[in-house]
Amino acid sequence: MAQSLRQLVVSKAESRFSLLRLAPFLTLCVFLAPVVAGLAATILPALGFHPALNRYDIGLKCLLQFFSLPGAGRSLQLTIWTGFLATALAFGLAMLFSASFCHTRFFRCAQCLLSPLLAMPHSALAIGLVFLLAPSGWIFRLASGALGITRPPNVITVQDDWGLSFVFAVLLKAVPYLTLMTTAALGQVQPARSLALARAMGYGVFGAWIRTVFPRIYPLIRLPVYAVLAFSMSVVDVALVMAPSNPPTLSVFVLRLFNSKDLAMQLPGAAGALVLFLIVVGSIGLWRVGEILVARVGRRIYSSGRRGGSGTVSRSLAAGIMIMLLLFSFSALMVLALWSLADWWRFPDAFPHAFTLTTWTRHIGAVGRPAFVTFVTGISAVLVSLALVLLCLENEDRMGSINRSRTLLLLYIPLLVPQMAFLFGTQVLFIRLGIVGGWIGLIWAHVLFVLPYVFLSLADPWRSLDTRYRRSALCLGASPWKVFFRVKLPMLLKPMSVACAIGFAVSAGEYLPTVFAGAGRFATLTTEAVTLASGGDRRVLAVYVFLQAVMPLAVYLMAIVLPGWMHRHRAGML
Amino acid sequence: MLNVWCAIAAFCTALSGWGTAAAEESVEWKTILGRARGQTVYWKAWAGSEATNSYIQWVAKEANKRYGVTLRHAKIVNPAELVSGTLAEKTVGKHTGGSTDLLWINGENFSAMKKNGLLYGPFTCELPNFVNYVDANNSAFTHDFTVPVDGLEAPWGKAQFVFIYDSAVLRVPPKSMAELLKFAKKNPGRFTHPQVRNFMGSTFLKQVLYEIVKDRSVLFRPAMEDNFDKVTAPLWTWYDELKPHLWRKGRRFPESGPAQNQLLADGEVDISMSFSPFEASRLILNGMFPKTVRTYIMDIGTIGNANFLAIPYNSSAKEGAMIVINFLLSPEAQWRGQDPSIRGSFTVLDMKRLPDQYRKKFADLDLGPASLSPEELGPPLPEPHPSWMDRIIDEWHNRYAN
Repeated sequence: MAQSLRQLVVSKAESRFSLLRLAPFLTLCVFLAPVVAGLAATILPALGFHPALNRYDIGLKCLLQFFSLPGAGRSLQLTIWTGFLATALAFGLAMLFSASFCHTRFFRCAQCLLSPLLAMPHSALAIGLVFLLAPSGWIFRLASGALGITRPPNVITVQDDWGLSFVFAVLLKAVPYLTLMTTAALGQVQPARSLALARAMGYGVFGAWIRTVFPRIYPLIRLPVYAVLAFSMSVVDVALVMAPSNPPTLSVFVLRLFNSKDLAMQLPGAAGALVLFLIVVGSIGLWRVGEILVARVGRRIYSSGRRGGSGTVSRSLAAGIMIMLLLFSFSALMVLALWSLADWWRFPDAFPHAFTLTTWTRHIGAVGRPAFVTFVTGISAVLVSLALVLLCLENEDRMGSINRSRTLLLLYIPLLVPQMAFLFGTQVLFIRLGIVGGWIGLIWAHVLFVLPYVFLSLADPWRSLDTRYRRSALCLGASPWKVFFRVKLPMLLKPMSVACAIGFAVSAGEYLPTVFAGAGRFATLTTEAVTLASGGDRRVLAVYVFLQAVMPLAVYLMAIVLPGWMHRHRAGML
Repeated sequence: MLNVWCAIAAFCTALSGWGTAAAEESVEWKTILGRARGQTVYWKAWAGSEATNSYIQWVAKEANKRYGVTLRHAKIVNPAELVSGTLAEKTVGKHTGGSTDLLWINGENFSAMKKNGLLYGPFTCELPNFVNYVDANNSAFTHDFTVPVDGLEAPWGKAQFVFIYDSAVLRVPPKSMAELLKFAKKNPGRFTHPQVRNFMGSTFLKQVLYEIVKDRSVLFRPAMEDNFDKVTAPLWTWYDELKPHLWRKGRRFPESGPAQNQLLADGEVDISMSFSPFEASRLILNGMFPKTVRTYIMDIGTIGNANFLAIPYNSSAKEGAMIVINFLLSPEAQWRGQDPSIRGSFTVLDMKRLPDQYRKKFADLDLGPASLSPEELGPPLPEPHPSWMDRIIDEWHNRYAN
């Protein structure tokens, strides 16, 4: 019966909804074409082919030239080292935390705090962290009495040579991200019973989890882990704020080459972008090899029969680290608020001399435009993405075919390919299309990164919606579109608004896409904050960064509150 | 090209004799005013100084109110982006509708743009306020880092390199490079300079070169392959000796002058530097610096230059840009620009040509407790040829950024 009904719907869909059938194709074009074309337009000059500069000598010359630039080698080492360190730590901490606390109240509590944390732009957190950690930062101000200092110590805390502060800044968001991804994956593997069984056999909390749950969830969080690896190797804004600058990480190094006033430097720049791309691909490959090795060694350890400790140590360690990460993030936000309200605040005072709204009133006019651009770009990119994602999912429902793994991989492409490796090429493409420096180009560039997140957060709730609602509605004579609008959308309002909030947060936090597609004409709160972070008055920077952090947070809270309010008369929907 | 420019200049001079009314009511200017209405001008300008950012906001508000021109500040950190943006557009054949309409520019970036034919103009003689109030024959405005300006850019502010210190912490600041080296050795970690990619950092090195070089005249000709090493050798010897005693042992540098001001305010270093003799006063007024902060210059004097405004050749709002430049050259805008509590940049207007009312307003400006008067500043040392700056930056990176 169900089968024949589905056939009926499918045939109807085929005859009537050809636009809908185009949806997946359209989506792929919208968000993969700029990436692929951008990559191509980067690789060609990297190999020496740049007609606009009259360069046709294809070969490895530009690559060699790139490696001969002062600092290139060190920059490469720094990138690889910080990338692996950040990913390994983020992954380890997320696993430790999930293993120690899965299904506890503390876990749910931390989860509630982690989600809004993810909404805050990464660069905002990084700038706040500088305000905390720098030798003249809040921590040293608070501790100055105890340390007996009246001047900031002449030590390097942020932008250290080893990139450790940069790794720490990456962790602040990567750990919550991977933890939440793990939580989502846990929902799919139902770990409670296997954990209980393992515990009954005498394994400790951590040991039981690592043996029975970890092997099943790892495949589900593999792509997010790769995304963290790619992100920490290629991020620009956080690196500008936190990583050393002489030489900087590879992506910043490449950005400098692209911005050089000697256009010929674009060729080694493109070569550097290609190197970055290869490094990221190679690192993901290396990580995969590591997975296989760990699995081999792990099997032996698994079957060794050792039961492991009770897990008290790992538990308190996990709790301690998680609380510390949360504490740092929220203190970062707080120190921004303090600075933005400071009359003046000299070292070593623990708090500002006095509070005033002067900085806010003086700069609120200037902040208006970037806030507006952030808002319009975010909302538009979210709406475009949401429409495409809904069409794809609806098409999937009507066609009755789901190919999860393949679409998932495609969706991750903009998250795995370093932005620096293709955005330069994308800009060239946008110039040819005449949309660079306009709203269309800007929003399009944002959709590339917003769409995957909207899809990822909406696909599961959508697919797990009980199909009997749809069937009943169809049987009652509703058209498929009516079912879509009157049944599915209202029922999925909550996950949809959360998906929108996540998408908005992603857009609000983007730096490089705005820089490249906006051609300097568009400034968002994030680009302004990163620009101002290079120096100047902390109080003014704090105003920008505080707003930058709070805006996506507000949208996120609204996304939680709004569906509840709209469904206030329907208890079952809450 | 030069001949045409001369002819125009002559015409301009003739025009200026007619006085304010004539220039502002000329048919050409009225046409420009008409065309500018409704245009959006994207002004790429270094955004490191909060005071200038706020000043640009004020200019934007006035330009909109008075002329119907929408002015947007495209904030940049690295002035090299001024060149790369337009140059990239030219190479892909985007000769109209460029993304930028107005540039705050000078020195090596102006020279690069001029060389690549990226500038619109000459246009300065069409600006009534330039014709009326600016002494076009002043060598500070005819040449930018020794490169002839040829009417392709209009000056809008004068800058002079100054050092800033807190007199409560540092009694006698070092007034020569030899003294500075001695100071750094005696007080390790208490001195630094902005990173060399930033113009403030490279200007510091040029200032050192000025004092250390035997024959200064060589600096006004392009740096050559065969003389650069020889001329700059003493600079690097001096710097090698200084570097280990710098803040963070010379392994980190503040990103810009304003970033170093923040270090001075925090007590991390004892000396900062700026291109504005009024900056310290402004920062005392807004609470960042303690009241004891003062400004000083080196015994041999310090490098000075002019800030200019230019229009990219492919701008889509050239008229709007000209209106904005003309407004920036008005006595009112210049007066606000010089007020240390607002921006603190020396005016480019010729006091002799101003109406009495404005001459008085300028004279009445309170320059602030930490500013140096023009007499104390003395005549600025002219900027070396831009090739010196480019090469010094490259050489510094070759030596120290590996």
